[in-house]
Amino acid sequence: MSVDTQTVKKIAFLSHLKIDDDKIDTVGAEFNKIISWVEQLNEANTDNVEPLVSVNDTKLTLRKDEVVEGNQADKILKNAPAAEYDYFVVPKVVE
Amino acid sequence: MLLEGKTGKWEIICGLEIHCQIISKSKIFSSASTHYGSDTNQNVSFVDAGMPGMLPTLNEECVKQAVKTGLGLRAQINKYSEFSRKNYFYADLPQGYQITQFVHPIVGEGVVTIDLDDGTTKDIRIERLHIEQDAAKSIHDMSPTKSFIDLNRCGIGLMEIVTKPDFRSPEEAGAFLKKLRSIVRYLGTCDGNMNEGSMRCDASISIRPLGEKELRPRAEIKNVNSVKFAMQAIEFEAKRQLELYENGGTMEQETCRFDAATGTTKFMRKKEFANDYRYFPEPDLPPLVLTDEYIENIRKELPELPDAKKTRFVENMGLTKYDATIICENKEVADFFEKAAAGHDGKKVANWLMGDFFAMLNRKNLTIENSPVSAENLGKLVGLIENNTISGKVAKDVFEIMSETGENPEKIVEEKGLKQVTDSSAIEAIVDQVIAANPDNVTAFRNGKTNLKGWFVGQVLKESKGKANPQIVNELLDKKL
Repeated sequence: MSVDTQTVKKIAFLSHLKIDDDKIDTVGAEFNKIISWVEQLNEANTDNVEPLVSVNDTKLTLRKDEVVEGNQADKILKNAPAAEYDYFVVPKVVE
Repeated sequence: MLLEGKTGKWEIICGLEIHCQIISKSKIFSSASTHYGSDTNQNVSFVDAGMPGMLPTLNEECVKQAVKTGLGLRAQINKYSEFSRKNYFYADLPQGYQITQFVHPIVGEGVVTIDLDDGTTKDIRIERLHIEQDAAKSIHDMSPTKSFIDLNRCGIGLMEIVTKPDFRSPEEAGAFLKKLRSIVRYLGTCDGNMNEGSMRCDASISIRPLGEKELRPRAEIKNVNSVKFAMQAIEFEAKRQLELYENGGTMEQETCRFDAATGTTKFMRKKEFANDYRYFPEPDLPPLVLTDEYIENIRKELPELPDAKKTRFVENMGLTKYDATIICENKEVADFFEKAAAGHDGKKVANWLMGDFFAMLNRKNLTIENSPVSAENLGKLVGLIENNTISGKVAKDVFEIMSETGENPEKIVEEKGLKQVTDSSAIEAIVDQVIAANPDNVTAFRNGKTNLKGWFVGQVLKESKGKANPQIVNELLDKKL
């Protein structure tokens, strides 16, 4: 499998990343390197093997419905690039 | 409902997706509070904020509420379900993905029976119900260039309920939303307040010439926040598509939003620009496995749901289907009715409830929970009419006093001396007096003007200040005239 220019552009769009046109080929080549490395998995014989959702063979444990976190807006906003009136502030996003 | 076009009749095909916020104390994957109206960003854990290294833990209450809702929708409960990541990059979702269920939802196919205005019912098929996390609330009107994000809502549990494309008119979709809201409120799994956003609806609409088998491309209308708006949006969109086709146009799958101010749908994007969510299994949560015993225990806890209550009210309490449908839509009203009707004629109580009582609440802008007239007192008032202590007319006056003072009607009748006079000799005296005072009308009556009888009854009742028993008045007049 190989990644073409269109796919690189689409992935950049979906990830909200700006990739300059002259970098597209380089990024595409990097994608292809990663994919061909992962493709080694195709060498494993998976005949008669059920698809796997989780490598954990553990049961999902459920949490009690209790409120034990909160009232920490200062900590939550500590790393925000911009915050006002305890809100995160971002460039206007409205469709 | 069919659309009448220039080219013939067209059929509306509509399906709904409803997001219901789950009632639970804490969020679905974190221990932060779900409380509505808290200070900005105070109900936020590091999980909700998408901090690196934080892991989701599933809230047992959200699972239980989803199973309960599934049972209320008469749906298949899947003992095995999985979580997936739905990837999208947006300011209201700090993780960069929503944890949801994709291939294996917790609830499968079900059915909801809707009540239509003409008294008929229709079964709407449910495709699935899955659980997922809500996104943050964005505020766009505080600045022309910036959006403000409050993560308090981010991570609250949602049930997304998807119907099959079974709606053929805006009315059917409206009836479904009302019925679903009623069911989740009875179950206590969602408060169903569309205007506060705890229940939100997307509608998919396409139309086709009547008789055509294939489905045509659809428009998806996002986030309609009332039953009325959903109906308006479907009607507007169906007519828009009709005009488009009949003027030679074609539809492409697209997304729109409903503009409540104008009652119209506004184009947002074509399918080719739709998000590609790149779902994959959520690595932080193993599959959810439920046991039969777990599901059966929840089934045992189910309250009586609106349809069952309605049937019981019709069969055992003498209500018409119409009355029962209205009374059962809201659990508080149904409970109030049942309390008021204990030991009394159900139909008479229903008439009072849906007539003077609702009119009084409307006039005073009150809900049934804070009504000045209690269920017991409304029942007692009907009882006083039933045992002939007061007439229906006096009851209306007593009800007015009750709605001002909240007093027991028996006490009001006693104190104001409103007890109906059933003593024949007392009434006879008034009848004689009225007859003696109106010789002309007596002669006219005896000469065949029999419709004067009503006038005589009225005079006697007036003289008795409404307290004479109308039946006795009638009998005495028949004898004496």
